[in-house]
Amino acid sequence: MTEAGQRQRSLLRGALAVLAAAAVYEAMARSGFFAPALLPTLSAIAHTLFSTLADGTMIGHAAFTLYRVMFGFALSVVVGLPLGILMARFQRVEHFFLPLVSALMPIPSFALVPLFMLWFGIGNLTTILIVFYAATFPMVFNTWSGVRSVNPLWLRAAGAMGADEHKLFWKVIIPGASPFIITGMRQAFLRAWIAVVGAEMIAASDWGLGWVIFDAKEFLNADVMLASLIVIGLIGFAFERLFFGSLERMTVMRWGMMRAAKG
Amino acid sequence: MQDAVTTMTVTGVSDRPQAGERLRLIARNIFPFIVIGAIWEIVAWAGVFPHRLFPTLEEIAASFVHLTITGILPHHVIETIIRLLTGFALAGVVGVTIGVLMGRSRRAEDIFLPLVSIGAPIPGLAYAPLFLLWFGLGNISAVLLVGFVSAFPIIFNSWTGVKAVKEIWVRSAQAMGADDRRLFRHVILPGALPYILTGLRLGLAQAWRILVAVEMLAAVPWGLGWLIFGARKFLNTDIMLAGIVVIAVIGLVLEKFVFQKIENYTVVRWGMITS
Repeated sequence: MTEAGQRQRSLLRGALAVLAAAAVYEAMARSGFFAPALLPTLSAIAHTLFSTLADGTMIGHAAFTLYRVMFGFALSVVVGLPLGILMARFQRVEHFFLPLVSALMPIPSFALVPLFMLWFGIGNLTTILIVFYAATFPMVFNTWSGVRSVNPLWLRAAGAMGADEHKLFWKVIIPGASPFIITGMRQAFLRAWIAVVGAEMIAASDWGLGWVIFDAKEFLNADVMLASLIVIGLIGFAFERLFFGSLERMTVMRWGMMRAAKG
Repeated sequence: MQDAVTTMTVTGVSDRPQAGERLRLIARNIFPFIVIGAIWEIVAWAGVFPHRLFPTLEEIAASFVHLTITGILPHHVIETIIRLLTGFALAGVVGVTIGVLMGRSRRAEDIFLPLVSIGAPIPGLAYAPLFLLWFGLGNISAVLLVGFVSAFPIIFNSWTGVKAVKEIWVRSAQAMGADDRRLFRHVILPGALPYILTGLRLGLAQAWRILVAVEMLAAVPWGLGWLIFGARKFLNTDIMLAGIVVIAVIGLVLEKFVFQKIENYTVVRWGMITS
């Protein structure tokens, strides 16, 4: 069979699988075995999604969540990137921070939510700090290993050609470490996205997608829950594919540090 | 070229200290904690923050010892670990099965891949309220959610692993007359194992992260997440911090002593990756 024909069949089967899953769900929802409040039909979910989008509440929740996640993520880049570079370039810094980072990294960010709630109250500050905590470690770790793994041969070659420290840093070390740094950002954002939803649920305020889901549970609004679940999935997917994908194409691939994945 | 290679290996080897160096290494690793601990003590004693919210290290240690002796902390730990292992076992069995099926059969791949790709990018905890609605508060929801969430990395990695088995190994095994069962046991499974183990490792890490949060939300009677969350109501910051330390230690032990050991016994010994 030809490659194109094979691909078409794969697509068809995939679409069929999704449709079948949707049909099974719809049949279950309509069969009446389960309470409609717990298992709303697909049309009810779609209706809720569109009406909340139309009256702006869903957009407001999404805006709050995005604000928190971007703030925390930006903070983690501002702190994590320099720290990772310093750790890789200066042994003293590495000796001091590496044990701390390795000890703090295995603590799930959610474990800190109750503590931060006591310290910083309920609301934006707690959520942003949780996001910051969750995102910083992958950022530091990847930057650190990226700078360390810059080929020593390149450093020597640049040094032999008369590059000073400043040039060496910007022209060799940063581009050389960039695949790792971008991977770090990607992982950091993924962690941040998970953390923001969880933190919003536990340290509930009045806005935010995580809060909507949790709040909907109290009123048995499963349709609202599933609608915001869709929004959360879409935003996460968009960031992962569109934002980081294009960032990678603009930087590391153009610099020839990394080839586009095959297929 | 030679030079570059040797400098690389030297930095790699220097992580392994000689007997005399070992003490210095330990001291070096402990030093940052002493500094942070000292700063913590000073801040706690100076009373910058309310004492109830910022207890001294002695108080944290005292409540840790107290909770351990009375048996409350061990009970929480055991319940949490049972939940973790049940959920993770569920994810492991289901995840590896689906992943291997997806890797071996084109049809299974076409069917499962879209479904898995839709479910995976949603943060695991976002499903929690839904699971609580469907399966009620308590253990069943917690275990199912942990299993569900940690299954995704396991599925993806097993799938990639089976697909990454070299075509030439499969063909030469077939040419030497291996039947399907032998092909699977002796070629595909060992070949895919490094990936599967990575998947299990990622899955366990995810399970651990989610479990702590789920225990807070699902109102289970025992468990470390619940211990921390419950302590908030009574402003028992010392109990909270003791619980967080235990969570950190368990996380570290899972990573260092469970998975690195398994990896050493299987894939490294088979020569699939170098340690």
